[in-house]
Amino acid sequence: MAKDKSLTQKERYKSGVIPYAKMGYWEPNCVPKDTDIIALFRVTPQEGVDPIEASAAVAGESSTATWTVVWTDRLTACDVYRAKCYRVDPVPNAPGQYFAYITYDLDLFEEGSIANLTASIIGNVFGFKAVKALRLEDMRIPIAYLKTFQGPATGVVVERERMDKFGRPLLGATTKPKLGLSSRNYGRVVYEALKGGLDFTKDDENINSQPFMRWRDRFLYCMEGVNRAAASTGEVKGHYLNVTAGTMEEMYERAAFAKELGSIIIMIDLVVGYTAIQSMAKWARANDMILHLHRAGNSTYSRQKNHGMNFRVICKWMRMAGVDHIHAGTVVGKLEGDPNMIAGFYKTLLSDKLPANLEQGLFFEQDWASMRKCMPVASGGIHAGQMHQLLHYLGEDVVLQFGGGTIGHPQGIQAGATANRVALETMIMARNEGRDYLREGPEILEKAARWCGPLRQALEIWKDISFNYESTDTADFVATPTPVA
Amino acid sequence: MKITQGTFSFLPDLTDEQIRAQIDYCLRNGWALNVEFTDDPHPRNTYWEMWGLPMFDLKDAAGVMLEVNACRKAYPNHYVKVNAYDSTKGRETVAISFIVNRPKKEPGFGLVRQEAPGRTIRYTIHSYATDKPEGDRY
Repeated sequence: MAKDKSLTQKERYKSGVIPYAKMGYWEPNCVPKDTDIIALFRVTPQEGVDPIEASAAVAGESSTATWTVVWTDRLTACDVYRAKCYRVDPVPNAPGQYFAYITYDLDLFEEGSIANLTASIIGNVFGFKAVKALRLEDMRIPIAYLKTFQGPATGVVVERERMDKFGRPLLGATTKPKLGLSSRNYGRVVYEALKGGLDFTKDDENINSQPFMRWRDRFLYCMEGVNRAAASTGEVKGHYLNVTAGTMEEMYERAAFAKELGSIIIMIDLVVGYTAIQSMAKWARANDMILHLHRAGNSTYSRQKNHGMNFRVICKWMRMAGVDHIHAGTVVGKLEGDPNMIAGFYKTLLSDKLPANLEQGLFFEQDWASMRKCMPVASGGIHAGQMHQLLHYLGEDVVLQFGGGTIGHPQGIQAGATANRVALETMIMARNEGRDYLREGPEILEKAARWCGPLRQALEIWKDISFNYESTDTADFVATPTPVA
Repeated sequence: MKITQGTFSFLPDLTDEQIRAQIDYCLRNGWALNVEFTDDPHPRNTYWEMWGLPMFDLKDAAGVMLEVNACRKAYPNHYVKVNAYDSTKGRETVAISFIVNRPKKEPGFGLVRQEAPGRTIRYTIHSYATDKPEGDRY
């Protein structure tokens, strides 16, 4: 029988309202089991609400509790089903905010279902009145639960083997303009960019099947571009055919057509929802298809620091759900991205055993138990002149996507693609030769530009482009500078 | 045309000094190197002929260069590439792969289209060189 700490059984289950902390949702001595799921929330209690009570309420509302005492609890082994808040710390340099560590028994969740996991963890609790704001910062997923998920359909290792591309980041571009091109003109962009040296081109997130371009027509012209480019370079090439649609039935129909045409990769948008993502991941595994995920919509809940959820949690869920690619930031481009935070996202997608690292926002050690790795994608406002920085911040296992930075080249799309590929290969070669490529980057690129006209022009036109805005999602913990002796 | 498979195909052909520097990089990482050659450069021809086994125990770039040069000498008009294998858990695949020799003339590939129902097309990438038997292609 469950122990109820300070209250006797009779007091605990007397009809009425008692504080969550006294209902068994606050257990400072609780030690999470290896099989428990742990969540870390940033809690901002309403004025006058005790932080421990607010945190216990979060534990309660994300597991078994309702606002009042119910006698039917006593028909269950209710202590098992109660999530338990076991630690509450003030957030450094953020008055009024607290980190609440909450642990959940494995039995609270259905195997292999992101939908079920999230219905508890980010369900009703986010609208709970006693907290002014609430943010899910990180989760520790136990191996026992991880192993009930498929994981990436293809994974980084197999994707590289299928593509026959090793030792460097992959290169991509999103077809622009995003909207309005006819299928025939759209396929032209695909062909030019791939022939010029990119590995992938991509539909944008909002290219589905609109009046100006229906999906079937687009797929046909894109595959003509892909195959023509493969024949003229001798390389494996791909175009992410976006199969996002209004229903699962339509998505399956589009995916099946992509497969029939010999495409190696399809894509979906995050807005299709967790269950649809898991379904497409199963389909992709069964059909040897790489599955690209565009994170459309994430910034509505991941960007602000006090409410919503951190993107690193999305990264964890999406690796479990089974996508092969996910947009995870560029550091230097036009979209939100603090370098430390992005390093944390990339490690979450690519590591097997990941130690905690507070500076990078990784609150828990995470063992991925050999689950396949998910390739991060860097896209949005990046260009060839930043190649040294991109390689330094993002590493080798990443798809670098230069949309404007390819298609906007003054000599045309092929020239834009060639500039990017030459910049990349040059930088990889310099890095491998042991040079200080981050510092010498501009000089290394200049030297290659002497023999490569397209690179020379790209460096000239984009040399002053940078996006230096302060990030909103930053680390709460800063490294203590090593004192100089 | 110039086939652009491998890590450095968009750069000018690598000098021996540049090849040695890349081999050194691989050895510093503890990867095993091997040399492969082919006269069928189809993008999906995964299995090029192996010029011996991966050199698991060789720690000296000069030794690897000897094998690179021996292969290039034996097959001056074939494609020759250097691969490095990373046996680290979680990777266990090729870490880098770059071409170090190519035929003087590269005829490339044609694209064969077979028209199928519903405007679909079945594509075949055909290497012109493979019209001749193995060994007589370049």
